[in-house]
Amino acid sequence: MNKIIRVAALSGALALALAACGSAPDDDAASPSSSMTPGAGASSAAPVDFKACMVSDSGGFEDKSFNQSGAEGLERAGAELGVATNKVESTAATDFTPNIAQLLSDKCNLIIGVGFLLEDPIQTAAEANPDVEFALVDSAFSDKDFKPVTLENGKPLLFNTQEAAFLAGYVAAGTSKTGTVATFGGIQLPSVSIFMDGFSDGVKKYNEDFSKKVKLLGWDKDKQKGSFTGDFEDQSKGQNIAKGFIDQGADVIMPVAGPVGLGAAAAAKDAGDVMIVGVDADWYDTAPDYKSIILTSVIKQIGQSVFDTVDQASKDSFTSEPYVGTLENKGIDIAPFHDLDSEVPADVKAKVEELKTQIITGDLKVESPSQN
Amino acid sequence: MSSTTPPMPDAAVPPPADTGAEPVATVPGSEENRGQTVMREILASSWVVTTLAIVLALVISGVLIAAADQEVQDAAVYLFAKPADFFSAAWHAVSSAYVALFQGAVFDSTADTFAQKIKPLTETLTVSTPLILAGLGLGIGFRAGLFNIGAQGQIILGAVFGGFIGFTFDLPPGLHLLLCMLGAAIGGGLWAGIAGVLKARTGAHEVIVTIMLNSIAVYLVAYLLTTKPFQNPGSSNPISPPIPESAQYPLLLGDQFRLHAGFIVAILAAVFVWWLMGRSTVGFKWRAVGSNPHAARTAGISVNSAYIWVMVTAGALAGLAGSAQVLGTDKVLTADVAASFGFDAITVALLGRSKPFGTFLAGLLFGALRAGGFAMQARTGTPIDIVLVVQSLVVLFIAAPPLVRAVFRLPAPGTRRTRTPRSSTKEVAA
Repeated sequence: MNKIIRVAALSGALALALAACGSAPDDDAASPSSSMTPGAGASSAAPVDFKACMVSDSGGFEDKSFNQSGAEGLERAGAELGVATNKVESTAATDFTPNIAQLLSDKCNLIIGVGFLLEDPIQTAAEANPDVEFALVDSAFSDKDFKPVTLENGKPLLFNTQEAAFLAGYVAAGTSKTGTVATFGGIQLPSVSIFMDGFSDGVKKYNEDFSKKVKLLGWDKDKQKGSFTGDFEDQSKGQNIAKGFIDQGADVIMPVAGPVGLGAAAAAKDAGDVMIVGVDADWYDTAPDYKSIILTSVIKQIGQSVFDTVDQASKDSFTSEPYVGTLENKGIDIAPFHDLDSEVPADVKAKVEELKTQIITGDLKVESPSQN
Repeated sequence: MSSTTPPMPDAAVPPPADTGAEPVATVPGSEENRGQTVMREILASSWVVTTLAIVLALVISGVLIAAADQEVQDAAVYLFAKPADFFSAAWHAVSSAYVALFQGAVFDSTADTFAQKIKPLTETLTVSTPLILAGLGLGIGFRAGLFNIGAQGQIILGAVFGGFIGFTFDLPPGLHLLLCMLGAAIGGGLWAGIAGVLKARTGAHEVIVTIMLNSIAVYLVAYLLTTKPFQNPGSSNPISPPIPESAQYPLLLGDQFRLHAGFIVAILAAVFVWWLMGRSTVGFKWRAVGSNPHAARTAGISVNSAYIWVMVTAGALAGLAGSAQVLGTDKVLTADVAASFGFDAITVALLGRSKPFGTFLAGLLFGALRAGGFAMQARTGTPIDIVLVVQSLVVLFIAAPPLVRAVFRLPAPGTRRTRTPRSSTKEVAA
């Protein structure tokens, strides 16, 4: 009996709650099958007969890192260019090939793979489907003997991340009061250690220019060994590792570990006078809780490169020419110093601008074993 | 309630107080741990319960698919103003998702050519290969009373050994493949053998040890892939060189399909396990150990050596599952070569009630869910996680047969014939 009353009361409450919520839209707007093509429904631009698709690597599209940046670029393309889009998530490396096969049967015109792990699956698919265009984030294509190859219908999207990380390392070394800076990564992948290589070179360059001895913790470029938390998820690991660095005197830390870096930011904030260098996006905007301690960020515009590739391909001007994000084309960049502008010595600022120009003109080469 | 109590709660209070209706799976000897009781309960559940568990899982997942669908959410806002919209949207979401699942797993009626139409079926077989192999190994362990959680690590070690032999040495075709398979079996067997030896010599619980060995294997392969012998020359990406053709499982149906001879290995392994567990003396001893280690010991069976060899055999089969990935499907060694196969295989073995044929079918089902999941995601935007939910729900219901029986008003096994099913189900449901 009790049960019946309870059920009746619950359903009554639910009915009231739902009935209060809204009225039916007009018939023509509500047909459930009308907007089955993703992107087309939400587009503000005139629909274009083009379908751009994306496969994530095993991080998934909500990784707060490169998969997410890629997906945002694709969504923006869907909204602004009016192209249809479709994106599929992989849960493991074994999912890549079947996912690409599904997108091919979904009649995608352009398929973008996010992450170097997709190199082989994308390359195989590109060779088997010459009339479909492919792009690959963070890796170039290579043949069986590991020589770089160019595919007619395959475009690598690469980033000279080390150039921007170099400038960030320079600024960090120049701003540090304790003479110790630090960096750490999530997992030792080329797309992670490329940040750390650049950072390391930047610190070295500062020491040469100003004859200082700023110490870098967490990465040894020559040995390619350093500190890693082991994943891209566990923020408490980032917090612990950052605390360790702070205890050793570091006062600028660059965490290259996606969301794990927020743990480091928390540790830095607790410590009081420690600054953070963000990665991938300008953390001043994406992590507003830590605004006051973000010295700068190493920005990597994956979303923009995806958007540009979709834009070109949808206008029939797809080329297999690699897109290389550089300081010159702003595919990579360092963020403004925002609130900490006054902390950075003027001579360091001037020098950074000078170095930036030198890198752009090619007078200064910043290299990393992880670059493609 | 008491006379038709499902055996599980009863067994928790040994010795059973009321012997009015003897519960089927009451454990002889109160020292038996509860896990084995649950295990036996799962193995004793009928095919009907298994099938119904799958149906129930699909229905609940259907609700989730509908709930996650944007159209349905929009229509739910004005549910009472226009209920038809809501129900048609929900129907559309669920049916299109499951149609895509079927098209991705069995037969794709939308494809242009016949080869493409049947490609999904071959994909299902490809994906199910490692699940079947690892599931067979786990099934042996379950029947011998060992709850081996370590298939994941054993698959990884199998893939590492098999892959390393594959891409490092240059040998004639055939021989190369055989050596790789042998290496994979040894790799998996050794890894599982560690847990077996620890269990036999020190009594360390195999669940704990195998879970820990899983973690070690994950980081071991991640480390190996940063070392030169395991990397592509001239690249620092954590991917091994490709496996040469001489060490690959030959494709069964030509270049168009990914189905490879690993599937044949899985079939042969199923037959072998059937013979081993059902027809051989060794298998009889292992099953005796699983039924009651104390009785087995009294009967003169060496329980400790059984533990070790059961684990080694299970690990060898899991290692072969790893070889199916690295020598057949992926053709390259990466850090997540085992994907989630090791854990899915536990489900497969449970669903197949640890019998070779059952495990084979369960492997096919899970392979189909996985293969179909790709199409479901690509064509209808249904999150691929739903497949995981279906799998998990299947396990949940399989692990709780009384729940399924209650939902479908089935009589409990062991209920006396003299009782009318009606009265007994009433009591269960109450």
